[in-house]
Amino acid sequence: MSLVLTIAWTHVRHRARQTLVAIAGVMTGVAFSVMMAAMMEGSQDDFIRTLVDALPHISITDELREPSRQPADQIYAAAEFHGLKPNVRRPGIKNPMATIASLQGWVPGALTASVQSKAVLRFAGRNLTVAIIGIDPRTENEVSTLASHMRQGSLNSLYRSSHAILLGDRLAAKLGARVNSNITLASAQGISMNATVVGTFHSGFRATDETTGYVLLRTAQILERQTGIINEIRIRTNDPMQARLISERIGEQTGYKAISWQEAQEDLLSAITLRNVLMYTIVGAILLVASFGTYNIISTITHEKTRDIAILKSLGFRDRTIRSIFIIEALFIGLTGAAFGWVLGYLLTRGLASLEFKTPFSDYNHLPVLYSLKHYLLATAVALLSSVVAGYFPARAAARLHPVDIIRGAT
Amino acid sequence: MSPPLIEARQVTRILPGEVPVTLVADINLAIGAREFIAITGPSGSGKSSLLYLLGLLDLPTRGDVLIDGRSTTAMTEDERAEMRLSRLGFVFQFHFLLPEFSITENVALPMRALGRLSARGITQRAEELLASLGLADHLRKTPDKLSGGQRQRVAVARALANDPPVILADEPTGSLDTAATAQVFGILRDLVIMRGKTVVAVTHDLNLAAQMQRRVHIVDGRLADDVQAQPPVR
Repeated sequence: MSLVLTIAWTHVRHRARQTLVAIAGVMTGVAFSVMMAAMMEGSQDDFIRTLVDALPHISITDELREPSRQPADQIYAAAEFHGLKPNVRRPGIKNPMATIASLQGWVPGALTASVQSKAVLRFAGRNLTVAIIGIDPRTENEVSTLASHMRQGSLNSLYRSSHAILLGDRLAAKLGARVNSNITLASAQGISMNATVVGTFHSGFRATDETTGYVLLRTAQILERQTGIINEIRIRTNDPMQARLISERIGEQTGYKAISWQEAQEDLLSAITLRNVLMYTIVGAILLVASFGTYNIISTITHEKTRDIAILKSLGFRDRTIRSIFIIEALFIGLTGAAFGWVLGYLLTRGLASLEFKTPFSDYNHLPVLYSLKHYLLATAVALLSSVVAGYFPARAAARLHPVDIIRGAT
Repeated sequence: MSPPLIEARQVTRILPGEVPVTLVADINLAIGAREFIAITGPSGSGKSSLLYLLGLLDLPTRGDVLIDGRSTTAMTEDERAEMRLSRLGFVFQFHFLLPEFSITENVALPMRALGRLSARGITQRAEELLASLGLADHLRKTPDKLSGGQRQRVAVARALANDPPVILADEPTGSLDTAATAQVFGILRDLVIMRGKTVVAVTHDLNLAAQMQRRVHIVDGRLADDVQAQPPVR
C-alpha cells in the first residue's frame, strides 16, 4: 500500500467513531434524497400514465382548424367577406374506412373509429344531457382502457340488444338506472329511441363518469341521423411521447384536426414542469443539507489533524502529499457513505412502495415510486463532491501553514 | 574545502503584525561536520526561532540559509521539503510522533516519503535504528505506551531515518526527568562521536551546554557569544 493510503487508512481506522458518524451522515443524505427522488418522480410518472391511459393519445375529429371558407372567398382572393355564415359542411370524416386504412399503414399504434354525439337521456321522469359515444367494441379494447373500467357488464354486452348503452356509474346512480333498465335517448337531430342499460363503468374521472354513455357505432349513427358517419378516430400510439409528432403528420395528411394528448393536456403538463422544479429543489435542498453535515464532520476531522500535518511537514512531506492524504480520507468516507446510502435509500423506497393507502377517489392503493439509477448517481456525485471539498480546503489551509507556527503553538 | 553543512548569512526573522516582533536579527553562523553545538539563551531570546530557520521550518525575513552551500530562500516549498527530508533530522521538546502508528511505522515514515529503500529495507532499518537506541522490545507499540524518555529516543531514531548529516534538536530533554535527560543527552553525544553526525541542540540547561563542544549564545535575537571548547567532553 502506498504511503498516502497507509496514513489515510490508519487515520480512518483509528477514529472509528468519528469515521462512522461521518459515513452515517453521508449515508442519510444519499438515502433520503434517493427516496425523495424515487417518490416524486414515481408519482409524476404514475400521474402521466393515468393521463395517458385515460385519453386517446391522438384524437382525429372532423373539425377543421379554421372555419370553412365561402365559395366567394375561394374565388375572389383579394376580398375578405364579412357577415357571411361559414359554408355548411357535411359533418363527419370523409371516407372514414379509407382514412383509417391509410393511417394504419404507417402510424405505430392502434386505431378505432367512434361517433361523438349528444343526447338527452330520459329515465324515471328525469332529463339529463349526456355525451353519447358510439364505439366499436372489437377495436376499442386496443385503444382505451374502458374495458378494464367496467363495473358491470362488458364492452361486448353492447351486442346484447338492438340499442344497448353503457353508463358511467355516477350517471347511473344519479338516475337510479340499473342494468336492464330501459331509458329513452333523444338526439339533437330529433331522433328518439329506447335503449337498454347493459353495464356501467368507472373511469375515475368524475366528469366522464357523470355524463357519458357508450353505445355501438350503429346506434350513435342512428342518433346522428346519418348512416356510416364517423366523426372521431382515436389512436393509441406505442410510444405516447411520440404522439405530438405523429398527430402533426396526421393533420398534414388528412387535413383534419388531430390532437395529441400533450396538446389536449397542456395545462396539466405545464403544472408537471413546475412540479419538476419543485422536486429538484427539494432533492437539492436535502443534498445540500446533507453535504453541509458531511463538510462539517470531515473538516473537523481534518482540523483535528493540524498537529499531525505540522509533524509531517517538518519531516519533509510535500504539501501535495499531505493534501492527498486528507482527500483520500474524505473520498473514503464519501464513497462508503454513498454505498450504504444506496442500500438504505433502496430499502426506504421499497418500504414506501409497500405502504398501503385507501382513498375513495382512486383505485391504486400503493405509493408509486420510480427506481432510477440517475437518482443514485446524482446523490453520489453530490456526496462525493461535498466530501472532497470538505477534505480539500482545510487540508490545503493546514498544508500551507509553516510547521513552526503549529509547533510553537503546541510547545 | 567543502562548504559548511549549514550556513546562516545575515539571517533576520521578523513576525509581521501591528507591532512587528524581531525574533532573530543579523545572525551569521557556519555549522560544519561532526560538530556538537548548543544554542543557549534566556527564554524568548530567539534560540528556538534560530533553530527553525536553520532547519528550514521557517523562512527568514532577510538574509539566507545555505545548506551544503546552496541557497534555500530561493527554493520552492517542495525543494525545501526535500532538503528537510534528506539532509536534516529533527527532535522536538515534545516527541511529535504520530499517535496512531507504531514506533516502527513512525520511524519508517520519512524513509517511505523519500522512497530510496524497498518496503522490507525500510522496516529493517527502522527496527535496527530502534534497537540501537534500546527499544528492541517495543517495536510494535504505539507512542502512548512508552515513557517520555523512550518516546524521545524514538524521535531520535526517526530523525536518523534518512541518514541526514545534521540533527537539529529543540529542547530535546526539556520535558524529561534527570535520568532520561542523561540518557537522551548521551545518545545525542554518541551521534557525533560514533556516527559522525553534527548535532545542534537548543537548550536552556547550562549543565548540558557545558558538556558540548561549541556553545552559541543568543540574547535578544542576536548572536552574543560563540565559544569553541576543545575537545568535546566525554
